[in-house]
Amino acid sequence: MKRKLPLSDIIFGIVSFSASFLVLTLIFSTILILYNESSLAIHRFGILNFIFTENWDPVNEIFGAAAPLYGTFITTVLSLLFAIPVALGIAIFLTEVSPHFLKSPIGVAIEMLAAIPSIIYGMWGLFTLAPIMAEYVEPALQKTLGQIPLIGKLFEGEPQGIDLFTASVVLSIMIVPFIASIARDSLNLTPNIMKESAYALGATKWDVIKDIMIPYAKLGIYGGIVLALGRALGETMAVAFVLGNNHQITLSLFEAAATITVTLANEFTEADTDIYLSSLFYLALILFVLSFVILAIAKFFLLKAERGYSR
Amino acid sequence: MRKVITAVALSGVVASQTLAGETINGAGATFPYPVYSAWAYMYYKETGIKLNYQSIGSGGGIRQIKNRTVDFGASDAPLKPQKLDEYKLYQFPAIIGGVVPVVNIPRVKAGKLRLDADTICHIYLGDIKYWDNPKIKALNPNLNLPHKKINVVHRSDGSGTTAIFTTYLAEACPDWKQKVGAGKAVKWPVGIGGKGNEGVANYVKRLRYSIGYVEFAYAKQNRLAYTLLKNPAGNFVAPSIQSFKDAGATANFDPNKHFYLWMVNAPGKNAWPIAGASFILEAREKSSANKKVNKFFKWAFEHGDEIAIKLDYVPLPKELKEKIYKYWEKNGIAP
Repeated sequence: MKRKLPLSDIIFGIVSFSASFLVLTLIFSTILILYNESSLAIHRFGILNFIFTENWDPVNEIFGAAAPLYGTFITTVLSLLFAIPVALGIAIFLTEVSPHFLKSPIGVAIEMLAAIPSIIYGMWGLFTLAPIMAEYVEPALQKTLGQIPLIGKLFEGEPQGIDLFTASVVLSIMIVPFIASIARDSLNLTPNIMKESAYALGATKWDVIKDIMIPYAKLGIYGGIVLALGRALGETMAVAFVLGNNHQITLSLFEAAATITVTLANEFTEADTDIYLSSLFYLALILFVLSFVILAIAKFFLLKAERGYSR
Repeated sequence: MRKVITAVALSGVVASQTLAGETINGAGATFPYPVYSAWAYMYYKETGIKLNYQSIGSGGGIRQIKNRTVDFGASDAPLKPQKLDEYKLYQFPAIIGGVVPVVNIPRVKAGKLRLDADTICHIYLGDIKYWDNPKIKALNPNLNLPHKKINVVHRSDGSGTTAIFTTYLAEACPDWKQKVGAGKAVKWPVGIGGKGNEGVANYVKRLRYSIGYVEFAYAKQNRLAYTLLKNPAGNFVAPSIQSFKDAGATANFDPNKHFYLWMVNAPGKNAWPIAGASFILEAREKSSANKKVNKFFKWAFEHGDEIAIKLDYVPLPKELKEKIYKYWEKNGIAP
């Protein structure tokens, strides 16, 4: 005998199905609208031509995405480079090194850092960090690292504090809490029995962290990094104030630049011609596809690692 | 009980109807937002008619009135007569503002440095690199200018301020017109970008040996060192409400072109050369809505000059207001 489902279950099923279906609809309609709005620019400039053109000239209506793409790439990579070691250090300190009474205040402080709205990071970057960078940090870097041949090219130019370097630092401070709190939670999951066995075999604290805990928590740490990567790619307000929105590709990190989101935030409201607006939508579409692809690749590797791990 | 509900429902209908009838919706330029909202507040207190103005940017204002979703749009840059015919819009100016070059050179005080269009143009083109360039020195024989690199600051976002500034350069300097052109956002040959007037003001304040351009109100409120400019009449003038007024009085606004005019390089003897009007756009077929909007602006033109000056804007000169009234009458949209 087949039991009939109660009405409440059916209603619940429908509601939860439509809620999850809504997510899919939202994603697809976003892509559709972005594509539709940018079709004018896609027809005018093509795909490869748009991506590899550095020129961004609203007066003569010539638009290319190379400079903002480059800026997005550099700021994201640099901020991850700055943030990962710091965040891992925090996580290891919190799980293994820190005295017990410090653990929860520092842990809470890190989570609060993640809750600060990004516009506040932006204003802080503009009014506080940029002057410090221009006055002290950047001249000091020029005097030291800037003197090395080849690497010195990265630190050329007048230090003004409005550049790729400052933007990456702001961004890295913003993403540190994401990596740190997830890494801490994963490190905490290491079974005590494994740690104790290692100690029993004569391992030092450093050996345990390096050979037991980090390999065990590897997946969680990757996950945190991927999350932070997504955040850094799409971050707008934290960098909009300290990057200058100059559409140029420069080797030096001390030059103003643009990212896709910074361009959108700066130019969307006053874009008055159709092709200008369409090109901005085109940039948004590229960013959407880019984040989608990067997250998909990251997910793929995570899944692969997970399978290898469970074997 | 039922009676009460019906009464409530009825009053709700009545209230919403009167409200809908008594609200004017506008959207557009951010630059005139403080003065429009001050006028709206005073107008509401006097007449009970609400004006709801959303400062979403000139580009957005033009799009909204093109799609007829608001009663009026507002733009810092005038639309060309052909565009107005294409979108079926009326256009008239409502308020005037000025753009002011500001500098940060130690020991050079506000109103001391003299510049002209050609020098500013070549500074922004990157040809004039140092403050002690012969061209700048020739204009300022009494100043001791240092051999320091000029840090050029411009806007990073699209803006009416940039449109006015670049139009000024393009009109006065052929090199600029050919190499860069005029617009709300342009391809800057040199310099760093600050977001908004506050961004540019902040950089100029902080970076020594820098030059930037901001709206008059920002230069005044941040006590930035403004420069004197040589106007087409050959005089060096300081930015002030009076010199903006002179620019407005001598600028030749033509109602037959729907007042399409960039108010730069005005011919007046004491006119400030970088000024601009902010414009109102109305849909041609909606004459009753236009009459309501125009009633508001007529009231503002008659009663709002004082508050505008207090907010560092320049009211339209009397002759221009008369021209606008005639323009309304001619098109049958006079309040």
